[in-house]
Amino acid sequence: MKFGVVVFPGSNCDHDAFYAIGKVLQKPVEFIWHQSQDLANCDAIILPGGFAHGDYLRTGAIARFSPVMKSVEKFANSGGMVLGICNGFQILLEAGLLPGAMMRNSGLRYICRHVCIRVEQTDTPFTNAAKAGQILKVPIAHNDGNYTCDDATYAELEKNRQVIFHYTTPDGSNDDAGNPNGSMHNIAGICNRERNVAGLMPHPERAVEPALGSDDGLVILRSMAEALVGASKATA
Amino acid sequence: MATAATEIKVTPEIAAEHGLSVEEYAHVKQILGREPNITELGIFSVMWSEHCSYKSSKVHLKRLPTRGKLVVQGPGENAGVVDIGDGLVAAFKIESHNHPSYVEPFQGATTGVGGILRDIFTMGARPIAVLDSLRFGEITENKNTNKEEAARNRRIFDGVIRGIGNYGNCFGVPTVGGEVGFEPCYSQNPLVNALALGIARKEEIFLAKAKGIGNPVIYVGAKTGRDGIHGASLLASAEFTEESKQKRPNVQVGDPFMEKLLLEACLEAMQTGAVVAIQDMGAAGLTCSTMEMASRGGTGIEIDLAKVPQRETGMTPYEIMLSESQERMLLVAEKGREPEVLGVFKKWGLDAMVVGQVTEGGIARIKNNGRVAAEIPAHPLAEEGPIYNRPLTAPAPRVESEKDWFAFAPQGTNLTQNFVKLLASPAIASKRWITEQYDTSVRTNTLAGPGASDAAVVRIKDPRTGEVKRALALSTDGNGRWCQLNPRVGAMHAVAEAARNVAASGARPIAATNCLNFGSPEKPEVMWQFSQAIDGLAEACTALGTPITGGNVSFYNETLGKSIYPTPVIGVLGVIEDVSRVLKIAFREEGDTILLLDGTGLSEMAPVGARYIVPSSDDLAREFSSNEYSKVIAGITAGEPPAINLAAEKRLIDCLVALAAEGIIQSAHDVSDGGFAVTLAESCFAADGLGAHVKLAEEGSAEAAVFNERGARAVVSVTPSKLAAVLHTARQYNVAAHQIGQVIRGDAFRIQYKGSAVIDSSVEALRDAWAHSLERTLTGK
Repeated sequence: MKFGVVVFPGSNCDHDAFYAIGKVLQKPVEFIWHQSQDLANCDAIILPGGFAHGDYLRTGAIARFSPVMKSVEKFANSGGMVLGICNGFQILLEAGLLPGAMMRNSGLRYICRHVCIRVEQTDTPFTNAAKAGQILKVPIAHNDGNYTCDDATYAELEKNRQVIFHYTTPDGSNDDAGNPNGSMHNIAGICNRERNVAGLMPHPERAVEPALGSDDGLVILRSMAEALVGASKATA
Repeated sequence: MATAATEIKVTPEIAAEHGLSVEEYAHVKQILGREPNITELGIFSVMWSEHCSYKSSKVHLKRLPTRGKLVVQGPGENAGVVDIGDGLVAAFKIESHNHPSYVEPFQGATTGVGGILRDIFTMGARPIAVLDSLRFGEITENKNTNKEEAARNRRIFDGVIRGIGNYGNCFGVPTVGGEVGFEPCYSQNPLVNALALGIARKEEIFLAKAKGIGNPVIYVGAKTGRDGIHGASLLASAEFTEESKQKRPNVQVGDPFMEKLLLEACLEAMQTGAVVAIQDMGAAGLTCSTMEMASRGGTGIEIDLAKVPQRETGMTPYEIMLSESQERMLLVAEKGREPEVLGVFKKWGLDAMVVGQVTEGGIARIKNNGRVAAEIPAHPLAEEGPIYNRPLTAPAPRVESEKDWFAFAPQGTNLTQNFVKLLASPAIASKRWITEQYDTSVRTNTLAGPGASDAAVVRIKDPRTGEVKRALALSTDGNGRWCQLNPRVGAMHAVAEAARNVAASGARPIAATNCLNFGSPEKPEVMWQFSQAIDGLAEACTALGTPITGGNVSFYNETLGKSIYPTPVIGVLGVIEDVSRVLKIAFREEGDTILLLDGTGLSEMAPVGARYIVPSSDDLAREFSSNEYSKVIAGITAGEPPAINLAAEKRLIDCLVALAAEGIIQSAHDVSDGGFAVTLAESCFAADGLGAHVKLAEEGSAEAAVFNERGARAVVSVTPSKLAAVLHTARQYNVAAHQIGQVIRGDAFRIQYKGSAVIDSSVEALRDAWAHSLERTLTGK
């Protein structure tokens, strides 16, 4: 099992993802440079947070053309596990690997704080170690996390149970009140129909130790590791 | 000496326009042995500007303590460096970007953050935290500030906040702390002081000394444009007038993405072992970097400007040398290893050009297409600039009497309403609205972000192994109002508070950095303030064991002839040996005993109650009139800062560090702005569903007891089973520990004084005033 963390020139959460997987989860992990088309035999790819190419244009708009994204696309289309966190999520949207788009936060300001998200689906490789309805406390840190899509797309998302995380309040009682950025239907994270590609705005890799204020994000990374173990057993 | 035929002929008038005095111009001619050409004049004028040369402050800065057993690098390099154990060092420095932030708040603030980050990674250290110390004019309408002024101050404030966030968030460094204050004097001269902290292995620290004759000089980073020409000399070294708005083109524009590339590329290039020296291009750009590298290395330098990557056409040597385009570096590499260095920058998509080489003989020779454009002996230029021992004049003593001072409310008055007003005042209110616009958690080191602890606390991951053992704590502080009333005592308080904050987070204070914001040095009263403040800093830093390792001086903070309050801002760095021992301000459990620790000491104390030797009622009113409560409630700013007792501060600091290391207290929060009541309330606000009941037993009026801002005190909470151990430790350090009350479950907040409740409220009501005030003011919601 090996995780790969893609490094775009302006990625700034690459080290955090690397640390969370390598040091906290104790799983093999390596960096993959954005100019490379070689995914180094990784079994799961993480597109980390940051400002891939400065994002002075639309977030992720340039990154999707990086050489590495050709390989990531191929990998995803052949069933490989890909997680986009924050800027990584934005890139997956631009690349068309996930449906929808990001707008500027409704308050028109950057927001960094702990939020609560509810795990809605557990039959994905990103959430299989979580309990259905489990509420996770994880930080957000973004300017553009206001997810949107057209009605037809949203109907598809619902039909295929692709919304895997909703923002909510700590007790899970009021999703609207827990929504920090105006995102449509309080969506915090989605997966594709095949369930092997997912993106979310909150940063699970920043919530991996109690000393950081929460270790709730670990369940997402652990889910991925367990899914990889399951997959290798299945093919063995 | 060849000069371009079309070049402007230098005359004494042009020299004067460049800010050089008659004597300075004569000195230029003496160093050169001839008249300078226009490019040379430009170079001298920026190098000898107040901002770059410290010509008015040098004689005073010498009095600061700069050495200590942990100091690896003191003032004079890009940043100070201290040993933090296990082969690791911390590089840190604070710097001002005041004038640009008034002219263009967003860009002024971004480039302020960008500049200090470059100072840190130039040393080979990866930045891991930023703090900002900010001062603005009043943002709400009051008797000193009209509606338009308040609105303008809010715009400046908002632009600065956005600018700081924009840079740090994109660059990928957490903005973890700092402070913000509001006084009318900053209305047209806001202060934006940014502090950055970085980590490196001790043997991998880089210095800015050109070495090795024949080694190539390499320019890297952004292309040079016409932005910021004369930023250092015109903007930073002259006061504001009505024409200042025309200085807008002098403000640089920041590009945090470019800086992020530069960071990664520089650190990677340094790892090749082929880099000999490196210096960032900040104030005075290419001029400062070439001249200082050569001067420090005792070498000469030769560069050809035609090779400098340029983003505009037709730039003259004068413009290229004086441009303050951001995100640029100059480095010296080992001869023959250029491809390794250039390759790294190419990988990161950055311009990198060999523009010259290190030469023998100490001459800095600037060519343009092979033609000599300037030829100056580097060392005399950098080190033999003017030094002024400017005249000092103490202002006439203020004649004040009781009627100028705060009049205490009669015994038995309920102070709850005043307290709510105080909590909602911008200086005291929660800064969450600001800090949520900053990325505070990137790099996953933040153990205590804004407001969680008295200092910002980040843990240290070993750059090679990722192992975590220690944490660093940082706090910036500086009370301009107190310094205006008494610059020496005010400066001492700045050091004491920063050190106390660091200790209240569980860290031992080890070193300091300073940013000295003052008015015009040409005014004897300002120079007196400066000299007094230096004396105060020197005394306090010596007493508290925090040598000054760097910083900067910002003079000419004046608008239309009026100086700001003298505002020395101090950043203190501390080390926590065990990351699990971080202290936060939040109360933790119902039933915990609340103690008021007072470093003033047992021997000087009455045996019971939170009682200290009470000064005469005149003294009490005089020092109370300088505090936040007096300003907010009565509109009075007068008197003197509280008397300071450095020995008491030291005892309290040592005691807090010991209590943290023993792991026997639940929370700690020092008493500072707003006094004891604010401290107690903030410990409740940070907790979940907890309140407090306390009884104070001081002499004098209730207002004095609850809101005075005397130093050397902290509120800690203790589990009953640990109480004996805590009292024992406090006694060992000769710190008084008064049991004043208990943490309670629920929503009640009560302070009793002489038998009656002087503050009695629900925590929620207080929290509402405190938590949302800033947002309501700024967004009108």
